[in-house]
Amino acid sequence: MSMPFYVAPEQVMKDRADYARKGIARGRALVAVRYVDGIAIVAENPSETLRKISEIYDRIAFAGVGKYNEFDQLRVAGVRAADLKGFQYSRDDVDARSLANQYAQILGQIFTHEMKPMEVEILVAEVGQVPADDQMFQILYDGTVMDERNHSALGGDSEAINARLAESFADDLDLATAVRLGSSALSGPDRVIPTRELEVATLARGNGRRCFRRLDDAGVDALTAT
Amino acid sequence: MPIFDPVHDPGSNFPELLRRVGLGTSAIAAGGELIVPHATTCVALTYADGVVMAGDRRATAGNLISHRSMEKVVQADHYSGVAIAGAAGPAMEMIKLFQLQLEHYEKVEGSALSLEGKANQLSMMVRGNLPAAMQGMVVVPLFAGFDVRRDVGRLFAYDVTGGRYEERDYIATGSGSLHAGTVIKVGFRPGMSRDDAILLACQALWEAADADSATGGPDLLRGIYPTVATVTAAGWEQVGDDELAARYETIASEVRSR
Repeated sequence: MSMPFYVAPEQVMKDRADYARKGIARGRALVAVRYVDGIAIVAENPSETLRKISEIYDRIAFAGVGKYNEFDQLRVAGVRAADLKGFQYSRDDVDARSLANQYAQILGQIFTHEMKPMEVEILVAEVGQVPADDQMFQILYDGTVMDERNHSALGGDSEAINARLAESFADDLDLATAVRLGSSALSGPDRVIPTRELEVATLARGNGRRCFRRLDDAGVDALTAT
Repeated sequence: MPIFDPVHDPGSNFPELLRRVGLGTSAIAAGGELIVPHATTCVALTYADGVVMAGDRRATAGNLISHRSMEKVVQADHYSGVAIAGAAGPAMEMIKLFQLQLEHYEKVEGSALSLEGKANQLSMMVRGNLPAAMQGMVVVPLFAGFDVRRDVGRLFAYDVTGGRYEERDYIATGSGSLHAGTVIKVGFRPGMSRDDAILLACQALWEAADADSATGGPDLLRGIYPTVATVTAAGWEQVGDDELAARYETIASEVRSR
């Protein structure tokens, strides 16, 4: 009978984390920035049809980076969880914090128990009735949850992007400034991301019951034109 | 959080998801003489820019008026509305599930259902209610919306078995539908203006309320007017009470002068 080789748990976790991080770093990043009327999410995404940012519920948006099929599975699960909760109780009872915790459970479970961790980082953002209640939760491949107040960056090179965001962020940005800030933080100083490779969506307080709006290329052009 | 393997995934179907997680609702079956609130007269007609939908606000349980301010004409999604006549409880449940299904589909798939797809979805829900309908819990909706792919307003009527019938000009449903339908039938002209179409819908409900005890007229004492809404290329828009008050003033003075 052959004995399996002993591998230290630290090594197993490290290998999995490295694997996931490598997968995530290959994809392009996205950022979320709080502005005066809500939250703007800006992603670098050359595809016009495969979305990184989408609507979960009335005041909640989802964004993911990494492997598309994996974060899309999480997105659909989030829509289902939110719609079920709203149906069972009330629309007011659906909140980002609870969704973020559920995502963290799933990602943590998969990270420790499955062969392969999910190569994703996701963001759950909720726009409050007042700016003070805006919330952003970033969930990593191993189930780590971080809550962010003003801005958040996901994907490869997220630390540098976050630093660029922190440098120029101010309270009460207008939408155009927030989107320009997001775009320039994503690109860095050495390049400019063309409009058709930007995916932009907002969660805005003034949008009625469903706060989520996707901006088309013309809308993004109008905002980013200086 | 509901995650399914690919074979058992309910896709974008919300009622199926409810069944998968054990929240499926079965049709209510009540034997004997159960008196529940009933909602009544609703009309819809096409005009130049799209469709107008209107419904009175009364619900009756037997001889009693059980509700005076019920909303029977509601927005289904951005480009459509649904109006319901019949047993109020199952009807409201059906509307709620229908609205959720449209939104759920839109979010999961990333694009909205076609108007025809929405109409078929409602048809399946009405058919699902058939066992309850056999016991008296009849729900008969009408569905109207703006078909953005064909750039035209469209109307759909249903029967209790889920039969779906597209109408070109107008539909009326509920206990006062005979009177309301006749008023629209006489006054209808293809390609009417918004003002004319709203006035005609208001007149239809007025005459229905005048002749049918289960249909409520405008309640000036409490400031309750019928629900009237338009669906056009710009989406669903409910007509405000101020405008309706003015319309009913026009109708009342016309009736006084007869």
